[in-house]
Amino acid sequence: MALTLQFVPYADMEGMNSDDRIDKLLGIVKSKSIVLMEGRLKPEEETMLIQRTMEAIDKEFKGVELCTIFPEDKNLAIFRKLRKNFTSFLLGDREGLTIIGPATVVKEIRRDPNKIQLFTVDIKRR
Amino acid sequence: MIKIIRDFIQRMLSQIFSRKKEFKLGLYGPPNSGKSTLANRIAKDWLGEKMSAVSTIPHETREVILKEQVVIKHKGRELTFNLVDTPGIATKIDYEDFMKFKMRKDKAKRRAKEATRGVVEAIKWLDDMDVVMVVLDATQNPYSQVNITIIGNLVARKIPLLIVGNKTDLRKANLKKIESAFPQYDVVGISALKGKNMEELYESLFRLVR
Repeated sequence: MALTLQFVPYADMEGMNSDDRIDKLLGIVKSKSIVLMEGRLKPEEETMLIQRTMEAIDKEFKGVELCTIFPEDKNLAIFRKLRKNFTSFLLGDREGLTIIGPATVVKEIRRDPNKIQLFTVDIKRR
Repeated sequence: MIKIIRDFIQRMLSQIFSRKKEFKLGLYGPPNSGKSTLANRIAKDWLGEKMSAVSTIPHETREVILKEQVVIKHKGRELTFNLVDTPGIATKIDYEDFMKFKMRKDKAKRRAKEATRGVVEAIKWLDDMDVVMVVLDATQNPYSQVNITIIGNLVARKIPLLIVGNKTDLRKANLKKIESAFPQYDVVGISALKGKNMEELYESLFRLVR
């Protein structure tokens, strides 16, 4: 069985409110595709995604695996950090990448500082 | 520089709520990190009684449990708070995982349903917290999205936090990994089960709310 990865550009999400963003992402994941979203959700949206995921769990849908990758800024000079924060304020948090997969397809997303490993569920189990 | 500013803001916020008569101290973290064991340890240390059931099966705590008027004393100082033990935050719950612990299917399904409600309840309670201890299992990889999401939300809500690396009595425990994952925050290593290093935990709590 092939894995489907659906790219969601930041431009598709920037005009949406939080509810619509979560609806769109959960809709994709519930169709058994893996979301690759440009940028990241706000912290409050991440918890909203978890809440809505919990409310949607049923016989078919068991939840999500979620991972956000973003450039570390702890080594940046203060001026670059301020510039980065200012850009994010003006243009939105488009830095980084968010991966959301259905738990029935993605068993685990393992993240170490420098690499990401995506483990899929054994097909026999599915 | 940014750390100094953040510490200053956190201290100011701590001072604002510490003037309140009492505050809510929440225990948050992923399932099976030892939140209820820590809640029991604190309640036993200061009230002489336990407050939560514990189990090796994940999602044993499926409702928020509140213990009011916990008074702790340390080096002549006193702190009164309401202790809130919360269900573990998870992004997925599958009843079949509970059946691996030899649980019957109907019971496993019921537990899964209750666990999903527990996660929602724990998230809703976030806004009511004044201080939070993020309890992590020191034998597990700390770079999980649940940990990052919990900490990100506390920072966004300006809630002072302390990271607790639990289960340091186990050989696999790696506190350094937690410290390097979250270098901006105080990390205290404890074993809630054995009562190891609880003095340092209380000291850190006093520091956080002073």
